[in-house]
Amino acid sequence: MVITAIRQLLLWTLVCGLLYPLLVTGLAQAMLSRQANGQVKGLVGQDFSQPGYFYSRPSATAGKPYNAAASSGTNFGPNEPKREEQTVRFGKDAPADLRYASGSGLDPHITPEAARYQAERVARERNLSVARVEELIGKHTEGPSFGVLGHARVNVVLLNAALDNRGASK
Amino acid sequence: MLEFWLSVVLWVALAYPLGQWMHKMLDRERHYRVENWVYRLTGVKTDQSMDWKQYALAVLAFHLLGLALVYLLERTQGYLPLNPFRFAGVEPQCAFNTACSFISNTNWQAYGGETTMSWLTQMLGLTTQNFVSAATGICVMMAFARGLRATESKGLGNFWVDLTRCTLNVLLPFSLLLALLLVGQGVPQTLTQPAALATLEGQRQVIPLGPVASQVAIKQLGTNGGGFYNANSCHPLENPTPLSNFLECLAILLLPAACCHVFALTVGDRRQGWALLAAMLALFIPLCLLCIHVEMGNWEGKEVRFGEAASALWATATTAASNGSVNCMHDSLTPLGGFVTLLMMLFGEVIFGGVGCGLYGIVLCVLVAVFVAGLMVGRTPEYLGKKVETYEIKMVSLGILIMPALVLPMVGVAVVYPPAKAAVLNSGPHGFSEILYACASMGNNNGSAFAGLSANTPFYNLVGGMVMLFSRFFIIIPVLAIAGSLAAKKHVPASAGTLPTCSPLFVAWLVAVIVIIGALSFFPALGLGPLAEHLRFLK
Repeated sequence: MVITAIRQLLLWTLVCGLLYPLLVTGLAQAMLSRQANGQVKGLVGQDFSQPGYFYSRPSATAGKPYNAAASSGTNFGPNEPKREEQTVRFGKDAPADLRYASGSGLDPHITPEAARYQAERVARERNLSVARVEELIGKHTEGPSFGVLGHARVNVVLLNAALDNRGASK
Repeated sequence: MLEFWLSVVLWVALAYPLGQWMHKMLDRERHYRVENWVYRLTGVKTDQSMDWKQYALAVLAFHLLGLALVYLLERTQGYLPLNPFRFAGVEPQCAFNTACSFISNTNWQAYGGETTMSWLTQMLGLTTQNFVSAATGICVMMAFARGLRATESKGLGNFWVDLTRCTLNVLLPFSLLLALLLVGQGVPQTLTQPAALATLEGQRQVIPLGPVASQVAIKQLGTNGGGFYNANSCHPLENPTPLSNFLECLAILLLPAACCHVFALTVGDRRQGWALLAAMLALFIPLCLLCIHVEMGNWEGKEVRFGEAASALWATATTAASNGSVNCMHDSLTPLGGFVTLLMMLFGEVIFGGVGCGLYGIVLCVLVAVFVAGLMVGRTPEYLGKKVETYEIKMVSLGILIMPALVLPMVGVAVVYPPAKAAVLNSGPHGFSEILYACASMGNNNGSAFAGLSANTPFYNLVGGMVMLFSRFFIIIPVLAIAGSLAAKKHVPASAGTLPTCSPLFVAWLVAVIVIIGALSFFPALGLGPLAEHLRFLK
C-alpha cells in the first residue's frame, strides 16, 4: 500500500502541481496575455505624497506604503488606539475609507466621497477650477459592477494619470 | 445586500445539479479510460474494496508522505528551479507548520507568500495539496455514505479510486474553468520575471507575478484558502474586480453545498440533502446578515472595490466553510463581526464546512440529534435505517469532542506562556480574541487568522502544526470507524416509531443541537474575547 501511496502522490504532484498550472498558463498566455502578465493599468495602488495628486488610502505594507512586494493590512482592531494614528493625514471628518488602511495595503481605489473630499486641494494645487476636477472625478467613478456587485469607487492611479495627461495637453 | 441574496440563491440553485453531477462522477461501477491509465500507472487494484481500517490507513499513508514531500520542497527550494526571487529554504518550524497546514486542508499561513515561497513550492507543493486534501474530504464522505448504504458488508470503496475520480473529474475541470475566468479579470498567470514599473511619482514598484490564478481557483473551490500573496484575496492581483470577488466567493460554498446532495444521493434518500442544507442555511443566513449589518462603515482592512457588505459576506462564508481565504482583514472586523467568524469555526466547521468534511461533520451532529431524541422517547435511535448503538455514539463523541479538546487547552497554554502571549498585536480583549481565533482556526482546519498575531513563532508553528494534523485525522478515523460499523449492520425498515430525519421539526432540532454543542464548549471563551470587547466598544 505504501508503494501505491508513493506512486499516487507523485502522479498527482505531476498532474495538479505541474501539468495543471502549465495548462492554465498556456491557455491564459494564448488567450489573455495582457491580463495574465499583469499588464492591466491601475490594478495595484500607488502611494501619492504630492498635494497635486489625489491621495490613496493609508497602507500598512512592509518597508514603505504601497510596497507591492509585501502586501499587508494593519490588523488593528476597532478599539486599538494605534488605529487612529494613521488617520492624521486627513483628520476626523474625512470619509472613513480615506482614514483607514485597506487589507492588502495596495487598494487602488477610494470611494467617490473620498475623491470629492480632496477635490478642492487638488484643484488649488493645479490651478484648476473645482468644477473641472469634480468633472474628472465623475468620469472616473465606477458604480457597483452590473449594478449589484461591490462598491462605487474611483481608481486613484487612473484618476491621477488623467490629471497629469490633462496638464500635458494644456 | 442584493449581492448577498444573489449569492444565497445561486448556492442553493447550483447545489443540486452540481451534486447530481458529482454523484454521477464519484459513485459508479465503470471506469473511464483515463482513470484506468492512472490505476495502471500507480498499481491500484480497482476491484479491491477496502474495509474501514484499510481505508483509514491509505488516507494516513498518503498524507504523511505528502507532508514529507511538501516539507522537503520548502526546505530545498533554494536549490531548485522556478525561484525568481531566489528565496532560501523555508525555516524548519515554519516549513513544518505549512506542510501540516496544507495536507490537512487548513492552509493556515505562518509565512507571507510573495516573500517566502518559490513558484516551484507554490505549484508542486501547495497547489497539489490544495487538490488532494480537498479530494480526501470528499473521499471520506463517500466512504461514510457507502457505509450507511451497505448491508452486512465491510467494504467502503477504494480510496485510490475515489481520490482519482474526485481529482480528475471534479476538482481539475472546475479549477481550470475558474482559473481562466479569473485571468480574464486580471489575475496573473505567468512564468516570466516579475514586472517593475515606475509609479506616477517616479518611485520603483516591483509587482511579483507568478502562477497565481491556477492556485487561487483551487484554493477557493477546495475550501483550502491559502493565498499566493500574503494579503490573500484582499490582494488586487488575487482578486482584482467585484466580479472576480463574486466568483471567488461563490466558489467558497459551491462544493460544500453540493456535498449535501452528493451524500443524500449516495445513501439513496434525496430529502436528507435538502434537510442538511436547510439546517446549514438556518444558521448561515441570520449570522451573515448580522455580520453585514455590523460591518457597514468599518473600512479598516477592507477594499473599496468590494465594499463592506461583500467583505462581510465573504468573512462569514469563509469561516462557515473551512475555507479560510480572506478578502478583508478579520482582525479589523468589529467585535460582533469577529464574533460571527469565530462562532462559525467553533460550531466545528459543520455549517457547510470543508468539502466533504463539513458534511460528515454535520452528520455526526445528526447522530447526536437522533440519539438524544431517541433517549427522550426511550427507543433505539436509527439513522437511514441503521441502528445507532453504543459503539457509534462513542465514536461520534470522539469525533465531536476532539476539536474542543484541542482548541481549549491550546488557548489556555497560549494565554499563560509568555512567548505565545507576546505574539499578540492588539491590546485588551481583542488580544485574547487573536489567540482564540488562531487556535480555533487551526483546530478546525479553517486557516484564516486574526493576522495581527505573529504566528511565525515556535509555539504557534509547532503546537499549531500538531493541532491541525490531529483535528483533521482524529476526526477522519472515528468517522470511518462508524462507517465500518454501520456497514456491517442490517437495514431495519422504518416503523411508526422511527424519527424522520428530514422533517422541518428535525432540522430545527439539529440546529439546536449544533448550537448547544458549540455554546457549551465555547461561550466562556467567546465571552472573554469578542463579547467583552463589544461591551467596551459600546461605551
